[in-house]
Amino acid sequence: MTLSMHPSTLLLTRELPNLQYSSTRDRFDETWEAPLSTLLGLGRAAGADFVEFFLERVNYINCLAEDDTITSISPRLSTGAGVRVFRGKADCYVSTNDLSFTGLKAALEKGLSILGLQLPAPNGYVPEINLELLRDYAIKKDKESWLAGCSSMREMGEILLDANAHLKQKATHVQSRRAVYFRDWQEVLVAASDGTFARDIRLTQSVGYNLLCADGTNRSSISKRVGSTSEADFLRSWNYQTDAEEVADSAGKMLYADYVESGNYPIIMANEFGGVIFHEACGHLLETTQIERKTTPFADKKGEKIAHESLTAWDEGLSQDAFGTIDMDDEGMPAQRTLLIENGILKNFISDRTGSMRTGHPRTGSGRRQNYTYAAASRMRNTYIAPGNYTNDDLFASIDKGIYCKKMGGGSVGPTGQFNFAVDEAYLIENGKITKPLKGATLIGDAKEIMNKISMCSQDLGLAAGFCGSVSGSVYVTVGQPHIKVDSITVGGR
Amino acid sequence: MPNIDELAGYTQASAERLGIEKFDIYGSSVDETSVQVDSGEPKQVKASNRSSVIVRVWNKDNTVGVTSTTDVDSNGIDLALKTAYEASFFGVKENVPDFSPEATAELKADTEATAPQAPVSQLIDTLIEAEKELLQAHPAIKGVPYNGLSQRDLSRFYLNSEGAMRNEARSYTSIYLYSKTEQEGKKPRSAGAFRINRSLEQIDLPGCIQEAAEKTISHLDYEKVKSGKYRVVFSPEAFLSLLGAFSNLFNAQNILDKQSLSTPESLGKQIASPLLSVCDDALHPENIAAETFDGEGTPTRRIPLIANGVLSNFIHSAGTAKRFNTQPTGHANIGAKVSVSSHFYHIFPGESAQQEYSLDSAENIIFIDDVQALHAGVKALQGSFSLPFDGWIVNNGKKTSIESATVAGDFLELLQSIIFVEKEPELTPAGVCPRIWVDNLSITGE
Repeated sequence: MTLSMHPSTLLLTRELPNLQYSSTRDRFDETWEAPLSTLLGLGRAAGADFVEFFLERVNYINCLAEDDTITSISPRLSTGAGVRVFRGKADCYVSTNDLSFTGLKAALEKGLSILGLQLPAPNGYVPEINLELLRDYAIKKDKESWLAGCSSMREMGEILLDANAHLKQKATHVQSRRAVYFRDWQEVLVAASDGTFARDIRLTQSVGYNLLCADGTNRSSISKRVGSTSEADFLRSWNYQTDAEEVADSAGKMLYADYVESGNYPIIMANEFGGVIFHEACGHLLETTQIERKTTPFADKKGEKIAHESLTAWDEGLSQDAFGTIDMDDEGMPAQRTLLIENGILKNFISDRTGSMRTGHPRTGSGRRQNYTYAAASRMRNTYIAPGNYTNDDLFASIDKGIYCKKMGGGSVGPTGQFNFAVDEAYLIENGKITKPLKGATLIGDAKEIMNKISMCSQDLGLAAGFCGSVSGSVYVTVGQPHIKVDSITVGGR
Repeated sequence: MPNIDELAGYTQASAERLGIEKFDIYGSSVDETSVQVDSGEPKQVKASNRSSVIVRVWNKDNTVGVTSTTDVDSNGIDLALKTAYEASFFGVKENVPDFSPEATAELKADTEATAPQAPVSQLIDTLIEAEKELLQAHPAIKGVPYNGLSQRDLSRFYLNSEGAMRNEARSYTSIYLYSKTEQEGKKPRSAGAFRINRSLEQIDLPGCIQEAAEKTISHLDYEKVKSGKYRVVFSPEAFLSLLGAFSNLFNAQNILDKQSLSTPESLGKQIASPLLSVCDDALHPENIAAETFDGEGTPTRRIPLIANGVLSNFIHSAGTAKRFNTQPTGHANIGAKVSVSSHFYHIFPGESAQQEYSLDSAENIIFIDDVQALHAGVKALQGSFSLPFDGWIVNNGKKTSIESATVAGDFLELLQSIIFVEKEPELTPAGVCPRIWVDNLSITGE
């Protein structure tokens, strides 16, 4: 019997320039296994503890109708890759537009060198990384035909013009009408030195209105967007009639609204986009990224009560067609349904690979990024407060004087847990009844305190599409909740 | 990224093959490295080398289509031209964009201001040292959760089928340090500072550390502030943030789209206190990231926007300038719909103030250091804002941090309510500006 240190088929570093890979240029398929396996092996041979490649191709288009004209159709084609290299707990991320073997190798070499690592000498062996059989969600879930099934440029223009014409009929005092649509088709491939090898196609679409009304010095601007993943037919099935009526109605009411008087009030937040309160005041603070930075007050509270006992909340990537739904995250892990808070008790954090490594909390399929120029980070997907036992009438009846926040704007949370968000459409509540419209309200508070003040949850859970900007760029998310009551919050106004 | 001559060559060849006679391309290439640290160790290092271009194509009916791509080899450009050509049949038929009449005008500013990049190890060591100094500045400073040191080489170009061809290259290095305090029985507090310069050697690192430390320490002892109307002093950064959020005031495209607080008739009107003057000046000597031409190839320049309170100019693309019967100003961003945006504000006193104010002697003043959440709290088309802020209440020079509060108002009213524009300007990423004093703004605290 003959023993040798390495099988004779192992690749030597000096042979790399002679390798001839012929990966498919316009598709991430099995032909990428060989070059990526080689590159991952090269990274490991150089001394990296872990190496991951993320390849991305995007076919994006947006369309804008202003009043009765299509003023912009803007396609964008993008390809790129990012390589992440870990040495201990330090990591390096290098991105490039060059998807050739040479280009990817150059990116890897740069990443290695930044971490003080070098490619093996010419006679060094490159260990083979055994990648799993390509886990192809695009094929498993029949996504290959999605792009072709989406609306053509002509069709998207026609639908937006019809929608804008409908809005004109419904609204008064119109200064400008806009209908906006985008389609974001993304193909991704993840290959990592732990054997991960997975491909997905994602289709995210969104359409909506921006309406500006003016009467003398009174102005109101109202927006509404709906969004979806996984539906090629999404734009064709947009019920713009309903949205136009809603937007026109809101803009009309807010046109003559008084400014809100600042102070502390009990508030009721409407369902759907009202869920931004949980997203900003708690969701971000449950991302392991925040634990790593020591910017969350909840870091050591797992298993403890951090919210009112009436509150249960989820983050998941599985809801059918929801804006934050993903079959796998950007690290190749299948999406999960993650219970964050149950009856006020903190149950789980939202974790990506790095977060798991640095904090010990298990991965939840939440490693997400805007595109190949960002390393993945722990990010929310579809995040919402679960339905409670109250009715909306119960909520209103409990308030003598307060504010009904019907339509929320965006918000943010800072490193000390201070959050804020804007209210686009608000009403005064007097003796349990909605009375006059109010504008100019901003809600501010401290995350730790506010979670104990969400005392009543209604039963009408609704989800809404949103865009979340954070360390790994802007990602598509869902926020959601039923109508909820907050016992007291600071309302900034005039 | 291929060089501009190569790109022009195969774009021209591709266009001829596709029967495209008129096109232009704007593109950029970025080589960037950034580092973050945590507790004396490198946390994440990022490097990126990426390029992108946007092509515009005019068809035989003279309507325009665009496509942007990161695939800038000949195959990628070929596909982009084809896609843009397809899109051109859905382009606008009125006010069709055209080449800028100034796309071949001489550039008077330097088109190259580069510096060698420092080694990554030096970036990491520098940032670790900065973190260490900041942590040593006060026992209550327990971390610097947001920090970063990055260096960027950026090159841009514009070319068109009528022979325009220009490019420029810039380097710059920036650092931000955002520290956080923890004290028993008190809420965590945080504050930060930012600096930018041409290279790591030139960056004001001690100044950044000192500012971050002083600001953070100044927030350790905080109080609630009573809600009401206050005299407010905006820091340069805060005022520029607000001005930027309402920049539709000057934006000719927004005005044409009825998405502005101004109308074409607003020019010449007194929109602010006569104490205030504002210019947009891409070529300001303090602007490290200066651009010498815009997305249509038009040279950038200094444009007075508000002179002694009077709205004196709008900023333009070639298309808006034509519709306003004036010259483009170098503010265009190329796209299916060409947009317009400002570069770098220069704010300075207009008319002499009859009374000067000082934080050393004024009483019950709110000093706003930084406004937050502009994306949510600014209603740019209504003119209103309601924003959380970091700041202090100041009495005879003594600053006490405000625990949590918002400032609200109407921006046009705010401009009219300016009572003093200090003389000493400060450099910020958005421009050069002194502190601005404003009367009678709503503050919500407790």
